[in-house]
Amino acid sequence: MAGLASAFGSGAMTNSISEIADARVIFVVGSNTTEQHPMIAMHMLEAVDRGATLIVADPRKTQIAAFAHTHLRQRSGTDVALLNGIMNVIIGEGLVDINFVRRRTENFDEFEKVVKRCTPEVAEKITGVAASDIQRVARIYATEKRSMLFYSMGITQHVTGVDNVRSCANLVMLTAHIGQPMTGLNPLRGQNNVQGACDMGALPDVYSGYQKVADAGARKKFESAWRRKLPSAPGMTMIDMFDSAREGKLKAMYIVGENPVMSDPDTSHVVEAIRKLDFLVVQDIFMSETAELADVILPAVTFAEKDGTFTNTERRVQKVRRAVRPMYGAMPDWKIISELSKKMGYEMGYRAAHEIMEEAALLTPVYGGILHHRLDAFGLQWPCPDADHPGTSFMHRKKFAKGLGTFNPIEFTPPEETTDMAYPFILTTGRLYFRYHTATMCGRTATLEREEPECFVEINPKDAGRIGIRSGNSVKAVSRRGEIVVKAFVTDRTPEGIVFIPFHFREAAVNLITSPAVDPVAKIPEFKVCAINLVPVIPKPGERPKNHYNRKEDLKILNELYEEPEVPS
Amino acid sequence: MEKVSTICPYCGCGCGLYLHVENGLITGVSPSAHHPVNHGSLCVKGWNSHEFVQHPDRLKYPLVRKDGILQKSSWEDALDLIASRLSGTREKYGPDAIGILSSAKCTNEENFVMMKFARAVIGTNNIDHCARL
Repeated sequence: MAGLASAFGSGAMTNSISEIADARVIFVVGSNTTEQHPMIAMHMLEAVDRGATLIVADPRKTQIAAFAHTHLRQRSGTDVALLNGIMNVIIGEGLVDINFVRRRTENFDEFEKVVKRCTPEVAEKITGVAASDIQRVARIYATEKRSMLFYSMGITQHVTGVDNVRSCANLVMLTAHIGQPMTGLNPLRGQNNVQGACDMGALPDVYSGYQKVADAGARKKFESAWRRKLPSAPGMTMIDMFDSAREGKLKAMYIVGENPVMSDPDTSHVVEAIRKLDFLVVQDIFMSETAELADVILPAVTFAEKDGTFTNTERRVQKVRRAVRPMYGAMPDWKIISELSKKMGYEMGYRAAHEIMEEAALLTPVYGGILHHRLDAFGLQWPCPDADHPGTSFMHRKKFAKGLGTFNPIEFTPPEETTDMAYPFILTTGRLYFRYHTATMCGRTATLEREEPECFVEINPKDAGRIGIRSGNSVKAVSRRGEIVVKAFVTDRTPEGIVFIPFHFREAAVNLITSPAVDPVAKIPEFKVCAINLVPVIPKPGERPKNHYNRKEDLKILNELYEEPEVPS
Repeated sequence: MEKVSTICPYCGCGCGLYLHVENGLITGVSPSAHHPVNHGSLCVKGWNSHEFVQHPDRLKYPLVRKDGILQKSSWEDALDLIASRLSGTREKYGPDAIGILSSAKCTNEENFVMMKFARAVIGTNNIDHCARL
């Protein structure tokens, strides 16, 4: 989101899902949309049925790529070069919306200098995408009026993640595909309420509504509302926290509904950091790899047992309603935290979720009119500044949130880790249709669990032939940090030299081997590029793949502790 | 049978769905026909989004580690322990020795409360969540 914020002044999907079906060009970069956002893909395919052109840029031949009119298979980590190549064509062929660039943006000249150097031929050398394809895509995207650009983790999970996002922002500004319906720059957010967690200020540098903690005015507002002096220096990101814990500086952590042992890069370092903590609290609905290391575990409730709101990827704030009583002895997270605050001498005094939203609305300009009683139909899309505002379906209409949109000149820089003789393959990680994140939820849904019970590595037939493996063989994936054993799945979905492993599986936690390199600004780990080697494994009879995660005896003890579930009447 | 209108807990699409409730138990899911995102459809995760709610593995009571082993505890004792340990850490090492991770699975209200807890109660800006993963 840092990338978008620096270009437009606000980080969220600029347009709406319901506009997709009427678009003429749909350009998807680094998103496995049909598998990860199936209902958004449904709108995209409807647009294709109505005659829209679908362009997908992804090294893997994902399902959405199979539907595409044009599939650009750039090398992993070369997105900036690809986008610069496209913009070079747009500038060179006079397809720039000069009027828009002059009136609404700044810093175009600096940006033009950098892009001028990246001709389609230069881009072809870096990305492996033919110059003629780059030219064709540039023309299609720029000449249609209703062109929507989408991106997801394929763009952000790189050391150049912020650069990638800024390049996308440059592209939409160059062609004026923003501030109108059926256009825009649209990040597809992975988790149900990741947009809301950002909006509500669960970030080290901002309060709710992206009001900076370093800004004295914003701080004063929150200080007077909360009657406490608040710190002015931005805090640590999750990755910094684990680094700091490893150095022994961070002493205690309180983790709610997260499983960083599984989801973070370089798992063994995270475990080492957590073991160094004096005190760890984990609050979750299930036992997780992280909770096993905790000093205190608190049982929270699921979405079906509480009231509240989620904000989806198109900024739509929608009501979540309690369907059943909290199961067993669990409590909603907001209640647990208010109880704890009381014990620590600060009375929050909330009686229901809507009271919290009333306070948030008072303190958060973009959520000013978001109140529970207004959300009954299909919610409201922020910015919604007051109680009469109907919500905003597309943003940046007359001007950008920060005034003028800023062009950022971005040079291509290669990924942190490159292949060599010892580690000849590029590993890219991702997700599967039937699975969700670290599988704490879907792993306990029998219908989903049976579909993809095992971890695998996708490998191109040519590479598989070279190292002598077939589909179904066990293979050891080794990086500079660790190794895991997975089943091989030979397919031309991945191009030569690139292999893909999904990150959902505990038995083969791919984050044992991923690179800890992060984007310097946004601190997103580079999950999409790391150098590995693949070695065929010949198992001894009766041997099962080893569990690499250093698991304690806790789980066994816990299982004994559990009684039979009482079914609430 | 009662149908409760709510939002799918899986991805960022935010599809509208109904949970079917019978005798205090969730028995199924059906999509919202006119919802602007899903128009009466759901993906496989959405159709099965109720299953994990009533799974017997759900954590049922607070657990506190004593002598290296996690043991059953009451809410009162667990919260007292957390309050005293966090206050102790803050006094000894300062508020910035405490880090808080909120969750993209929690509601807006809960994230707001977590942020308030970190900033107003603990006094640190060390709060983050897993948006980057």
